[in-house]
Amino acid sequence: MKTKMLLAGVTAGVMFAGSVLASTLDDVRARGKLNCIINTGLAGFAAPDDKGNWTGFDVDFCRAVAAATLGDADKVNYTTATGKTRFTKLAAGEGELLSRNTTWTFSRDVDLSQTFIGVNYYDGQGFMVPKALGVKSAKGLDGASVCIQTGTTTELNLAEFFAGNNIKYNPVPIETNAEAQELYKAGRCDVYTTDASGLYATMMSFDNPSDHMVLPEIVSKEPLGPVVRHGDDQWADIVAWVLRAMMAGEEKGITSKNVKELAAKDNKDKEINRLLGKDPLQGLSKLGLSADWAVNVISQVGNYQESFEKHLFPLTIKRGMNALYRDGGLHYIPPIK
Amino acid sequence: MSEKTYKPGNYPDLPPPPGTVGVYGWIKQNLFSSISNSLLTIISVVLLYYLIDGIIGWFFLDAVFDADSKIACRKIDNGACWAVITRRVGQFVYGFYPETERWRIDITFLTMFVAFAPLLYPDIPKRKWLLYFSVFYPFFAFVLIMGGYFGLQKIEYSLFGGFMLTVILGVCGIVCSLPLGILLALGRQSNLTVVRTLSVCFIEFMRGVPLITLLFVASSMLNYFLPPGTNFSILVRVIIMFTFFSAAYIAEVIRGGIQAIPKGQYEAADALGMNYWQKTRFITLPQALKISIPGIVNTFIGLYKDTTLVVVIGLLDPLGIGRAALADTKWNGLSTETYLFVALFFFVSCFAMSRYSLWLENKLNTDKK
Repeated sequence: MKTKMLLAGVTAGVMFAGSVLASTLDDVRARGKLNCIINTGLAGFAAPDDKGNWTGFDVDFCRAVAAATLGDADKVNYTTATGKTRFTKLAAGEGELLSRNTTWTFSRDVDLSQTFIGVNYYDGQGFMVPKALGVKSAKGLDGASVCIQTGTTTELNLAEFFAGNNIKYNPVPIETNAEAQELYKAGRCDVYTTDASGLYATMMSFDNPSDHMVLPEIVSKEPLGPVVRHGDDQWADIVAWVLRAMMAGEEKGITSKNVKELAAKDNKDKEINRLLGKDPLQGLSKLGLSADWAVNVISQVGNYQESFEKHLFPLTIKRGMNALYRDGGLHYIPPIK
Repeated sequence: MSEKTYKPGNYPDLPPPPGTVGVYGWIKQNLFSSISNSLLTIISVVLLYYLIDGIIGWFFLDAVFDADSKIACRKIDNGACWAVITRRVGQFVYGFYPETERWRIDITFLTMFVAFAPLLYPDIPKRKWLLYFSVFYPFFAFVLIMGGYFGLQKIEYSLFGGFMLTVILGVCGIVCSLPLGILLALGRQSNLTVVRTLSVCFIEFMRGVPLITLLFVASSMLNYFLPPGTNFSILVRVIIMFTFFSAAYIAEVIRGGIQAIPKGQYEAADALGMNYWQKTRFITLPQALKISIPGIVNTFIGLYKDTTLVVVIGLLDPLGIGRAALADTKWNGLSTETYLFVALFFFVSCFAMSRYSLWLENKLNTDKK
């Protein structure tokens, strides 16, 4: 009940904010910077390097949107959020874009009045155990203590999976991924469950990664994607097409290295011409973007493949479901015409 | 060694018996006074040797102080990998504050001691002049840190982090909560019903709600209570919550002090014809605050350490910076080093506060000397 009232308040606030403020794009342009909400630290997706610059797969997407709208990928203010605060931060207007490995679900989309603009990473919840535990399947985890991040969909999935299989477990609630690693390493919990990408990242951090294994069961669908507020379709379209432009880049073989060259000449593939601003793209002016928007994105950030390989390959994450449809994956984007 | 015997009488210049004074005497008395005691001593020394050997080895001898990544560290030696700290010390101290502007933080931090000196040490020379600076200091610090005036680059609050964030939150919370706490304590003791009821409600509400809840309110709800358009930064909202929370505790600590003052003191003040404010200023508070010092400092240290809770609303205090460092694939897994470093920082700050309070207690302890 309390949550419902809170959500109602948030919704009312959002609707009010939406009706009063100018368009999101105008706000961003007037400020000269994109406010992007990211994770407080998740290997591969968002982490500061030694110089204090945020890097990662999710961070790249913030940069791509900044490149498309402002022409400069570096014009981003990063605001960090935990699993619990991310939606309220977005709703309260502390950012225009939430790029924080957020799972797309019905109630988040509908009840919280947000717009999920697509999927940039297909994930699924898995279980990691020490090999010494001798468990080969998640169904053998009866009585185990499980480290679980609160305020996430994984918490619900876990409860549903174990209830469905009549397995008892002791949840050990934790706040961040780093904390979970510590508890798991210290043996405070037998099992750590989170999205498989996070499990691989965690395993890489151990001194002996080969002592641990990810169980074969993937118990949930976790389509992760960027989120924007309800009520500004132009902004939602911009963010959605930036993501698609990155994927189109991979599909058409446009990389940060050859994009300038391809943009300068007349290509046989007219879709490349339209994407890179050589041929007119009907309706682009309605987005409020300049003709070189996709060139900026791909030249400054790279295409989807480049971003993926740069940030997620070091964690030994494979393309798998996240390959393009023609390579056996799930990413299939609408044509750009 | 043969025992010397003396006839009864006075021998004023004899040295103390051998083996009871000096290093030898101390060792014999404290470490080897009996067989069991001697055994314990030997076992402890052996244990300590292995422990200290391991600790010093891990901390210093086998440690790596500079390398490019955890893997590079492990290639050099198998002790602590302090490189994660040395490579990121700027981030631990300043958060994401731009490197070219960090001198502003340095100046603010150093002048803070000048501003605090006349408040903390009453005997300091030229105290009156320094006090003017103390009054002026908050504005000075605000402008310097946030920027936006006098040609200083404006800095977004989201770039704040690390020790700087802890010190800002801690100092602002401490400085604002003491006066508020005193007012609340007086309000709770007041004869005016409205003032008393309001104080009681405030104190009981703030004490009855966990700090983490207040922080969530600050981060997510406060924006909806305020009229649209007023959007003040999360940093200010968090400072307000910290202030309210610790003011409620301070108020109760001081109330304890006020109630410990003998009734005769008030009666004497009344007999002298003092009004309420004179009585409070010259009789109640000087005595009540002196009694409450340990409790007040206790609350302050608690508040200071509670600042790490801001990590749950996404602000990166030293703990948050440490966790973010651990999320970097280069340093993933060096949690012991990171957390020890953060712990050291908190220990040093809290220990300093506790020493100051002891010094102040001794200085003000006039009646029991």
